[in-house]
Amino acid sequence: MNYFITLTLNGLASGAAYAALALALVIIYQATRLVNFAQPALALLSVYAAYTVTQLTGSYWIGFAAALGTGLLVGAFVERVVVRPIARTSQLNAIIVTLGLLLVVQGGVGMIWGNEQHSFGYAFSYVGRFAPSDVFALVSVGIAALLLFALYRFTPLGLRMRAAAFHPEAARLSGVKVGMMLTAGWGIASLIGALAGMLAGPPFISPNVFDVVFVFGITAAVVGGLDNPFGAVIGGLLIGLGMSYVSGYVGPELATLTALAIVVIVLSVRPDGILSRPTARKV
Amino acid sequence: MTSPTTQREERPAASGAGTTPPRTPGTSRWGALPLPARHLLLAALGLAAVTGLLFATGDLTALRIAAVGYTMLAIAGLQLLVGGSGQVSLGHGAFMMIGAYSMALLVLHQPTLPIVANLGIIVLVSIVAGVAVGAATARLHGPYLAGATLILAVGLPGLTHRYHDFLGGSNGLNIRTAGVPPFLDGLVTTSEWRTLVVWTTVVVGLALLATVSAGRLGRRMRAIRDDETAASMAGIPVGKTKVVAFVIASAAGGLAGGLQAYVLGTVTPSSFTLVLSLTLLAALVLGGIGSLWGALWASVAIVYLEIWATDLARSLNMTRDAENNLPIVFFGIVLILVLRFWPLGVHGALQNLRARLRARSNSS
Repeated sequence: MNYFITLTLNGLASGAAYAALALALVIIYQATRLVNFAQPALALLSVYAAYTVTQLTGSYWIGFAAALGTGLLVGAFVERVVVRPIARTSQLNAIIVTLGLLLVVQGGVGMIWGNEQHSFGYAFSYVGRFAPSDVFALVSVGIAALLLFALYRFTPLGLRMRAAAFHPEAARLSGVKVGMMLTAGWGIASLIGALAGMLAGPPFISPNVFDVVFVFGITAAVVGGLDNPFGAVIGGLLIGLGMSYVSGYVGPELATLTALAIVVIVLSVRPDGILSRPTARKV
Repeated sequence: MTSPTTQREERPAASGAGTTPPRTPGTSRWGALPLPARHLLLAALGLAAVTGLLFATGDLTALRIAAVGYTMLAIAGLQLLVGGSGQVSLGHGAFMMIGAYSMALLVLHQPTLPIVANLGIIVLVSIVAGVAVGAATARLHGPYLAGATLILAVGLPGLTHRYHDFLGGSNGLNIRTAGVPPFLDGLVTTSEWRTLVVWTTVVVGLALLATVSAGRLGRRMRAIRDDETAASMAGIPVGKTKVVAFVIASAAGGLAGGLQAYVLGTVTPSSFTLVLSLTLLAALVLGGIGSLWGALWASVAIVYLEIWATDLARSLNMTRDAENNLPIVFFGIVLILVLRFWPLGVHGALQNLRARLRARSNSS
């Protein structure tokens, strides 16, 4: 029983990181109907930026700020310069260009910082059951989700972003700069992705560190419904719990295949995720 | 590279989605042959071209030519799936892994079986795996299918650690396959012989894929790709056709993986990473989707961009980290640039060029 509680608390803490990554995917999917496979790469870049800054200044929190800043800027830059001109041509090309970005960034990080692991610190002590760092993970993702909700629901910028996502033409006619809103969406999504990276990266970072994290993030997003931010958060926590139990009781090598089983089962029952609403489509 | 004359029949499918090739009056005798016979004839021509190339370039490039061969087979299968039925799979490397490990296990535990039997068994194993995965994911669409197959690609190598004794863990399995048969001894080297075995399998596989793609099944797949609802109203069994497309693609991928294991003599989980799966799909789009010619450009790009990048890194005296990572960065940059300036891939760009040249010669 004691072991079970430990696994549950660990699962919730790692689930927070998956939830943040899923949230990042959902924000971009809502705005552009595109699953951003480059998300782990953007998070990787942010985390390595934090690593370098922390090494230079000796302060974790300056590094943390650097990660979030890098995420915001790189996300916006990538949308503007790389993704937008190509995503226009076809949906498959849009997916492929994010894959291309993933390859370039992952390889580039390996070229600059090396393929070997670097040790990377936690924000707070990680010793003991439900350590301060676990609390920090849950609280920070909770705050990020609340801020995001407030942004979309209560601010003019959020209203414009929603308008640009759901009815680009109508939004443009009412004077919303739709392109600008897409860039903002990518920036915000990558910022949250950077947060996910800062939570999931420790204790060691290497160019492939987020492959498995991304798998759980995309599982969370798909299970919760790619269209639904709340679904992403709930999905992230559920996947965190599920993976923690599987790793603890069966073996960590099977965690990813279990994620696959969860995706297939959930989607066979509800093809658009747990929290999806039925949609009508004209043929 | 001259081999895929095998795919001449496929070209019209790229320009007008789903139209059967028009029978021009000039090729009446050629057109009178049944489709499979035409594809087999072109396959034989392709094999002859590869053989010529192999003897012209010698033993050193044999492994590279073999690599182009099996990569092309894997990408051609993916082409049928993505370009034909419109399902995006990010997990094709997983099927290559299944094929490669099947080959290694067969050679280790049944060393007396001939290579043909091994390849046949591998196709069967991949078909079973394809049916399992395809049936499980048949209801998923678009990004959901991409996500599920991505998880498969990341998760499957974990099995080798789980069953360490049987699958060899992260060290993988090493095999010794039979070399040149006695009657050809002295005529060809071992690697040339293996390359010929690979390409014989590849051209037969490609001829089959081309025949499937030009026939009724291919037409049904393209109908589903263009509009699933309309296709089902026209009486096409959507779910079944999608699973069949998935199974064919996984059989091609598994066979390609088996050939890879046969040529390299070793299989490790680290050669079937997520990057491999992503590279296969990305290369397909880079080469040009909708045509088996695209698969040729794609496989040449995968094999040779890596070699060029490694040479470049060596000549610039880069550090080992840089040298190891330059190929994938190089590939990613080429991919993004090709998509930026030639949205239809290399094959689409070549077609445009040809059309423009023809228009100029007509007007003058």
